[in-house]
Amino acid sequence: MSRAPTATRVVESGATRLAFAGAWTLEAGAGLEAAARGVEAAGESVFDLGALDALDTAGAWIISRATARAGREVSVVGARPEHTTLLREAAYSAAPAPVAPPRNAVSLLADMGESVHSAGLDALGWLDFLGRVVAVGYRAALHPRRWRLTSTAFHLESMGLRGAPLIVMINFFVGAIVAQQGIVQLARFGASSLTVDLVAILTLRELGVMLTSIMVAGRSGSAITAELGAMNMREELDALRVMALDPMEALVLPRLTALVIALPLLTFLGDLAALTGGMLVAWGYGDVSPHAFWAELHYPIAAQRFLSGLVKAPFMALAIGVISSMEGFAVQGSAESLGRRVTSAVVKSIFTVILLDGVFAMFYAAVRF
Amino acid sequence: MSDVPAIRVRGLEVAFGERKVMRGLDLDLYRGEVLGFVGASGAGKSVLTRAILGLQPKQAGTIEADGHDIDKLAPAERRRVERGWGVLFQQGALFSSLNVRQNVEAPMREHLDISPALRTELAMLKLRLVGLSPDAAEKLPSELSGGMVKRAALARALALDPGLLFLDEPTSGLDPISAGAFDELIATLQATLGLTVFMVTHDLDSLYAICDRVAVLGEGRVIAVGTIAELLKSDEPWIREYFHGPRGAGRAAPAARSQAGSRSV
Repeated sequence: MSRAPTATRVVESGATRLAFAGAWTLEAGAGLEAAARGVEAAGESVFDLGALDALDTAGAWIISRATARAGREVSVVGARPEHTTLLREAAYSAAPAPVAPPRNAVSLLADMGESVHSAGLDALGWLDFLGRVVAVGYRAALHPRRWRLTSTAFHLESMGLRGAPLIVMINFFVGAIVAQQGIVQLARFGASSLTVDLVAILTLRELGVMLTSIMVAGRSGSAITAELGAMNMREELDALRVMALDPMEALVLPRLTALVIALPLLTFLGDLAALTGGMLVAWGYGDVSPHAFWAELHYPIAAQRFLSGLVKAPFMALAIGVISSMEGFAVQGSAESLGRRVTSAVVKSIFTVILLDGVFAMFYAAVRF
Repeated sequence: MSDVPAIRVRGLEVAFGERKVMRGLDLDLYRGEVLGFVGASGAGKSVLTRAILGLQPKQAGTIEADGHDIDKLAPAERRRVERGWGVLFQQGALFSSLNVRQNVEAPMREHLDISPALRTELAMLKLRLVGLSPDAAEKLPSELSGGMVKRAALARALALDPGLLFLDEPTSGLDPISAGAFDELIATLQATLGLTVFMVTHDLDSLYAICDRVAVLGEGRVIAVGTIAELLKSDEPWIREYFHGPRGAGRAAPAARSQAGSRSV
């Protein structure tokens, strides 16, 4: 263990000097700073570095800072050659402290204004992006060879097939829970027989598509943002552009197509799983046999119920895909920005999915669907 | 200076699956020297650096720091040893969400008991030492040029005044003038702080300018180690090609002359 840094006043033949000893290194930590304050308080004009054990840049900085702040000529004596070099290299220079902008009511208002402004820009950017997607899709539709089938199939697998078990499981449980609650709550009105209708309408019309969309937003939307964002950070998107390829066509279109195909399929699976869950609970808990459940489901209007949910799915998929891709393109250089964009993609996607569901509900009510 | 090497590697073996990259590599890094490390691209120079740093699991062999096997050190001891190491990664590896000054302050914040004001001052000093202007301090790594990233990363590697510095291709991607300045900077720091430097490089100028010894990696071993003058006399085909090939030949003659006397800092 090295000796602590010290500086002691020495009087020798009428002349006083400050004798430095010990290790003036970062190892000393707070001790180094305490010693520095001692030096500045001593107010000596001759620094004797002859007895120093060790010196590093921090020690050199502190000693040269003390000489600079002394406000008078300070001579350094007895320094070893390497310490002299170090003192020269690490010489003190007053750096202007970074000024933090003042925080007050005005800056708070400015922040609010800025966030409203950026939200407006966001909405515009969304429209712009949607327009470009449509343009690219139109072009690809005219030239089907430009449609990237392999890429689309790959994303279809990762978004659809690999997501299926999760979607089926979640919807199964939600269907079961709705059925259980239906039996318990409706029994109070003696209306347990309506449980089947409750499960069918609620899951087919609203819950199936909404839960599936939310799961897909969390699972695939975040993946889209992270992939595109990482590619953006590593200049891969720029590499595509200089090859005269449109990232929109090469990356976004296959993902969007895959999502628009996968989400209705997943919703269909989810609906079946929810009905199965409801049926099992109704059977075990409410003495409704599967046969009776099926008969009750087999209403002339059942197909319409089924469709009312499925019709929404492609729109949800489009919203999730466009939002996630946009956030991916907006990723800047830092890891933090990637994290922020992925979060924002998932939050915005889920919000938009719920908003869209509300719009559909109003639309259905208006057209009496 | 004792005779115990700062780093002693014995019988190091590293494999990726079936492919052996290091086959019983031995290497000594003495205190206060600048050891250049060369080898063909893909020969495993970075792998060796990573293995010494403990970032790459090894299949066999020992690595000693100051005579202690680092695998057998207690965790606290090992942290103390590693605190004395500074590493400059090839791509800089700056923390992308911190600005340059915060990057340099990060290791100090974790390991040192000093006031925030002094920490900032020292970070600014380190940035000045590596030749970065004060206004670069508040920039994010993504806003820096390649050369500035190297400098900022070196400043961070130097933050704790390490005794041992690992440099992975410090001058790659720099223009010749900046690369020369970088070499000079390392030589100055090495002379003033008594640094031991392990430098993976492809830059012949760096090898001639600042390396005391050069080790050559080939086929998973160190095939030759010595001063440039000694390596110039080697008969090993790869080494001959390296130093006497079209890019190396121009420097061989003047360097052989200056090598004899000049480096005695």
